[in-house]
Parts: sequence; structure tokens; C-alpha cells
Amino acid sequence: MAVWRHKHLLGLADLTAEEIELVLSLAGPCKEIFGREIKKLPTLRGKTVITLFFEPSTRTRTSFEVAAKWLGADVVNLSVAQSSVAKGESFIDTAKTVEAAGADVIVVRHAIAGAAKLLAETVRCSVINAGDGAHEHPTQGLLDLYTIKERKGGFHGLRVVIVGDIMHSRVARSDIWGLTKLGAKVTVVGPPTLMPPGIETLGVEVAYELDAALARADGVNVLRLQLERQKKGLFPSVREYARLYGMNAERARRLPPDALIMHPGPTNLGVEITEEAACDPRAVITTQVSNGVAVRMALLYLLAGGKEDGLLS
Amino acid sequence: MPIKAEVMDAGDLRRALFRLSREIVEHNKGVEDLALVGIRTRGVPLAQRLAGLIGEQEGTRIQVGVLDITFYRDDLSLLSPQPVVHQSEIPFRVAEKKIVLVDDVLYTGRTVRAALDALMDLGRPRLIQLAVLIDRGHRELPIRADYVGKNVPTSRREVVHVLLKEIDGEDRVVIEELSAPSVGKET
Repeated sequence: MAVWRHKHLLGLADLTAEEIELVLSLAGPCKEIFGREIKKLPTLRGKTVITLFFEPSTRTRTSFEVAAKWLGADVVNLSVAQSSVAKGESFIDTAKTVEAAGADVIVVRHAIAGAAKLLAETVRCSVINAGDGAHEHPTQGLLDLYTIKERKGGFHGLRVVIVGDIMHSRVARSDIWGLTKLGAKVTVVGPPTLMPPGIETLGVEVAYELDAALARADGVNVLRLQLERQKKGLFPSVREYARLYGMNAERARRLPPDALIMHPGPTNLGVEITEEAACDPRAVITTQVSNGVAVRMALLYLLAGGKEDGLLS
Repeated sequence: MPIKAEVMDAGDLRRALFRLSREIVEHNKGVEDLALVGIRTRGVPLAQRLAGLIGEQEGTRIQVGVLDITFYRDDLSLLSPQPVVHQSEIPFRVAEKKIVLVDDVLYTGRTVRAALDALMDLGRPRLIQLAVLIDRGHRELPIRADYVGKNVPTSRREVVHVLLKEIDGEDRVVIEELSAPSVGKET
């Protein structure tokens, strides 16, 4: 079993297959807490986790908070809109302030790729990237991996389809890094205008037609169409997108009977996924949310549980 | 590490577990509501063997649980890298049960303290007792065992190794001498 030597989690690109498997193997015992009457462990007692979200979030922020609290840490959520950021305090100064206020771990989300890395180079505490621009969203990647492992047993030879706006998706990038490192075959599908050039250098196949890719898939991850990032006219209409790339009941029928339907949430029902497809028995969308708490617990344990001077980076 | 002394051979270990199993039944006046919980790693096969022996004697099946105490350790912030956490598997409700915690070596008492906390978080047992194969002394907490296979006086520079067939391929207990002073960690 691998040994954890990271102080920060900035992306799955930085982890080895063994390190990813270590997080996934710890998520199992963490998930056991869900079934308990008393969901509270003393593991991170005395540690402080501060979340710093410069973009909106329901799942990620909530599940980080739940994960940290179940492990016994204290959690402070900095609401950026009501913080001194509104008075013009910079990103770096805000982070330094948060660290000085006693953070052991800062969980950060920012619209700019590399923001978490910049923070990690500035502060002395641990930094977890909760999404930086279109770069990475490593904890979403980990929970997707855990969900697949839980249902499928492993990754070797699995075919996973990621469909949607690959260009703007940090979830896609973290999933691609994780899945390919663990031995799965990844096909990314989407409109050519939303397919970043050179994506195949990450070791994935590129396809523009969803139906053919679905027939042999062990799992499909349907990305949210980020309507807030679609003001550049990269595709003709939401209706056309839904027709060509939306997961619907008919496409669900093409999927093998034991395939998984995943979605990182929040869903735009009727756009990238219909209600029927989201409620299909093979859909694991709410399981993904619970698994998100489990993998974040595992990660917080690894980053904040042990002795600091044993860490390398 | 050189082996300094053999404390138990396979026969000694078998006889000690047999006696412990009788003491547990006698002390509890039977096996009603009795369940054993082994502390990972070597407490688990010991708990399974004790449950087998008690079950044979009393003509019934005794439930066995597995407890991982990593999340409850008080020395996590002193350790690097972090120990791997395994699943706890307690396939019964602990509430109102008589639980016998089983571990291989009782030393500082810190593992047992963590195990007590872990168990209490799962419910409220009627009572908890402690059975250990070896008590080597040097307690740092006010904890004592209800059932002891063998008391072994040791120095802190020594390490007691319980070897079990299920994990190590043989049944044996040995004392080894550390070259550097021990840091007071339980096995």
C-alpha cells in the first residue's frame, strides 16, 4: 500500500495510481460512519478547516463541511460575497488572513485555473482544490472513482464515457487523470466546438456521436452544461445540444444493463439529462453525493490527521 | 531484531485460550447476550478462536465483531505517515450486549482506551470486559484486563510479538530487544 506524502491536493494529475487507490480504500471505512447513530469521530479534534469558495457550490462545500465535522474538526465557511473581498481584499491576502485565523486546511474554489496552486505556494497550511477554473476538481474525480469502484469492483479494462462540455469541465479533467491512471478506457464525447484541442494527449479517445459510444460503456458521466459559461455562442442552441448529447430514456436503453449513469450535479433536467434518465435504476447521482462525503473524509484524514514534518511537498 | 526469549509455544497458546474461554463463560454465568470484539489486527483471530471455544463448550454460536481503532488513536498527530484505516465490522447491535474486547498484548492501555471510545460510539453496551493474551505492564492509563493469558514482565526496550497461524503461519509469542529505546507504541 502506498504511503501518503502530500501536503496539498491540487489535482489528480499529481497523484500516482497507488495514492489514488489509498484514498479510495480509506473511503470505505469512512462510509461506514453513514450507518451509525452517532456520526462523530475524534480523529481531527482540534483541527480547523476553512472553506473559501469564490464560486457557488452546494454539494462540494456541504460535503466538505460534513466530512470535516464528522471527523471532529471545526469548520468555518467564509462566505466570500459577504467578506472583505467585497471591500477589495485580494485573493492572496484573503487566504493569508484565513490562515492567520487558525486554518489547518483551506478548501478553495476559484474561477481561475491554478488558484489553488498559487494558494499552496503562499500559505503554510494544507490546501485542497475544490475546483479551479477549467483545470481540476480532484475531490469530484475521487468520488466518481470511488462510486465506480464500489459498483464495478475495479477499473481495469472498464470503458467510461464522459459526455458534455469537455472544454470547460474541470470534472472531466480530474476524471480523465484518475480513470486512465487506474487502467480504465475513457472516451470523451461532445460537440466539436466544446472539445479542447489536444485532449487525446491525456490518453483518451475522442468521439462526437454519443449513441455508438454508449453501446459498449460500463459507465457514462454526463457533465452539466455550464450555462453560465456559454455566452460565447459555441453551439447553436440548448435544444440542439439536448437532442445530440443529452442523456434521455432512449439513450439509457442503449446502455448495457449493468452500466452506471453518473452526473456531478447540479443537473439541468431536460438539457444534458432528462428526468427519466436521472431516475433510471442505473443512475447513481445521489450515491455520488454520499460518496463525496466519504472520500473527503478520507482525504482530510490523510492531509490533516498525521504529523506534519513527515510530509514532503 | 534478535529474539530474546520465547514466552509461549503453540501448546501454551492453545491452553491459555482454552482457560480464557472457560473464565469468560464462568465470569458471565453463561453466554446470554455475550459477544466478542477483536481489535485489529491480532485481536481478531484471537476473538474468533475464543468464540469457537466458547461456542463448543456451550453448544451455541458466539457473535464476533472486528474493531479498527485508527480514527480514535490519541497519537495520530505524532505519526507519519498516517496509519491505514480498515473497516470495522460489527455485525450486531452493541446496545445491551455484554462485550468482551479481545487484543493480543496489553501495554500502555492507549489502544484499549481508543477501543472503548470506538465501541461506545456504536451504542451503549450493558458492560465491556477486556481479554488479552499477554499483559506486559507499563500502563499509562487506569486500565486493566479482566482475563489475562499470561503476565509477562518486560522492559520498555523490549517488544512482545504475538504470532498467530491465521496471520503469521505459526502460533508463538516471543520477546525481542529493540536496539534504540522504544517509543512506547503498542503492537
